[in-house]
Amino acid sequence: MTDTKSNPESADAMPPPPRRNESQVTVALRELRKAPLSAKIGLLIIVTYIFVAIFAPAIAPYGESEIVGPQFDLWSDTNLLGTDHLGRDMLTRLIYGARNTVGIALITTLLAFVLGGTCGILAAVFSGWIDQLLSRVVDVLMAIPSLIFAMLLLTIFGTSIVNLVLIIGILDSTRVFRIARAVSLNVVVMDFIESARLRGEGFAWITMREVLPNIMPPLVAEFGLRFCFVFLTISALSFLGLGIQPPTADWGSMVRDTSTLITYGDITPLLPAAAIAILTIGVNFVVDWFLHKTSGLKEEH
Amino acid sequence: MLLQRLSLGLITLFVVSLIIFLGVSLLPGDAAQAMLGQSATPETVAALRKQMGLDQPGYIRYFTWLGGILQGDFGVSISNKREIAELLGTRFSNTIFLAVFAAIIAVPLALALGIMAALHRNSIYDRSVNVITLSSISTPEFFVAYILILFISVKAGWFPSLANVSPDTPFVERLSKCFLPALTLTLVVVAHMMRMTRAAIINLLASPYIEMAALKGIRKLRIITRHALPNAWAPIINVIVLNLAYLIVGVVVVEVVFVYPGLGQLLVDSVQRRDLPVVQACCLIFAATYVLLNLTADILSILTNPRLLHPK
Repeated sequence: MTDTKSNPESADAMPPPPRRNESQVTVALRELRKAPLSAKIGLLIIVTYIFVAIFAPAIAPYGESEIVGPQFDLWSDTNLLGTDHLGRDMLTRLIYGARNTVGIALITTLLAFVLGGTCGILAAVFSGWIDQLLSRVVDVLMAIPSLIFAMLLLTIFGTSIVNLVLIIGILDSTRVFRIARAVSLNVVVMDFIESARLRGEGFAWITMREVLPNIMPPLVAEFGLRFCFVFLTISALSFLGLGIQPPTADWGSMVRDTSTLITYGDITPLLPAAAIAILTIGVNFVVDWFLHKTSGLKEEH
Repeated sequence: MLLQRLSLGLITLFVVSLIIFLGVSLLPGDAAQAMLGQSATPETVAALRKQMGLDQPGYIRYFTWLGGILQGDFGVSISNKREIAELLGTRFSNTIFLAVFAAIIAVPLALALGIMAALHRNSIYDRSVNVITLSSISTPEFFVAYILILFISVKAGWFPSLANVSPDTPFVERLSKCFLPALTLTLVVVAHMMRMTRAAIINLLASPYIEMAALKGIRKLRIITRHALPNAWAPIINVIVLNLAYLIVGVVVVEVVFVYPGLGQLLVDSVQRRDLPVVQACCLIFAATYVLLNLTADILSILTNPRLLHPK
């Protein structure tokens, strides 16, 4: 959870080199005040989601899979947003969904970054056959559309949360690999890397102290976008019944379970779907602003 | 250059088929065991293995499988013992129909919106389109789909929410049934396509010869159609084809929402039943379409760019 939080914060602190006599917080706050409205809304959304996810048990009126009323009950005082197909409170499950759906997507994104980032920097630093090997493997993995590939792998290994995280994490690490490799290639030709090599520093030092600090801004932006992508993929799989399995409260499968209500003009199935959409839109707004700030361009791509 | 890209494409297809085939051998147990269930005697499993050719070494099975597919024989489904080719037939054409339908709406719309946004850069129109497209890119397909169902189908009653077409559905009825799924797909891809068109045009408008044309006093519309567009085709074609590739994949979720009898629906059902041969066949078709469309995009951008055709 803390990582989405540190994501926008580091975004604030990053662009202009902070002046020595100012604390990072001051700089961050000043940048935040200058941010466009869309970025402020985005940050507000992210903070709200994190809050709900952390304090889910305190906010939710009932237990995660507690059956509290008849099936598909209408909106009422006791069940503010009605109940689902098993008679569980929709509001409660929406709140717990923040924890499960977002949490799982976050873990998956982290896995993709650790794996893809390490391999990408490794390929850039060592080049030669390691680079060739890793790049060709990634080319092949990227040749198959990831949702389709994920479905094939889920059939083979079975649908469980661990498998889901591993499969999506590995498939998405290919995109992270591409970005990490491309941006580190620009860095590894610099003189300070050469001098570190001549000093006899190992791969870990070069990665952590020399390369990583220089490639952070694009990677942070990529983290935001990747998170959205992973989040949407996992939601889509859950919606198809192949992702997060019941009784875990999850927004994708909640849409699926209550979808019949839509034909009666009831907007309940739209709520979990909206929860997904609002978060990804918020993250995208923040990333968009962050990209503008770090690239220093008014009109990029 | 062209030949190189073509052969690379063929190699990619080959490797993709290999991966999809190998995926199955990772499975604990094998297809024969899975078909007969846990209670089968070792003798019947062995007999079926022999009948299915599972007793042969992997590479022979791979080439038999690949050879069969090239001749249109995808094997037999585990769950209902039917020929997979028979299952795929109408479903594949249904999926293509939906994708083409969506593309026919989406491509002109995206081009028009993109060119408009590029011409009126930083205007209120441009900025609001930017926010709207950014939002629609980050929205799950099923959200768009259910909103459309709620407003257009349930509240207004203009189009049906179920796209349950059959081979003998008349064309006009088929169009009306497929309208909502196609619209959903359109909304999903237009944003991306439009943003890329806008970027390509803006990029072009910044070049000196456009400025020259403007200084000569040529009208804006003429600059766009006669000077900018011919050079913008390559990137735009690229955008279109890449989005068609996305359309083919994005169709899975949309088909499930609208209960449309396409390939995506079959894939999802088969994954739930763990019917591996069918999953394999569907994945192979999706992946091959994706690879081929990407290949087409690359070839078209080479063909429309003389500088790439004659490398130094």
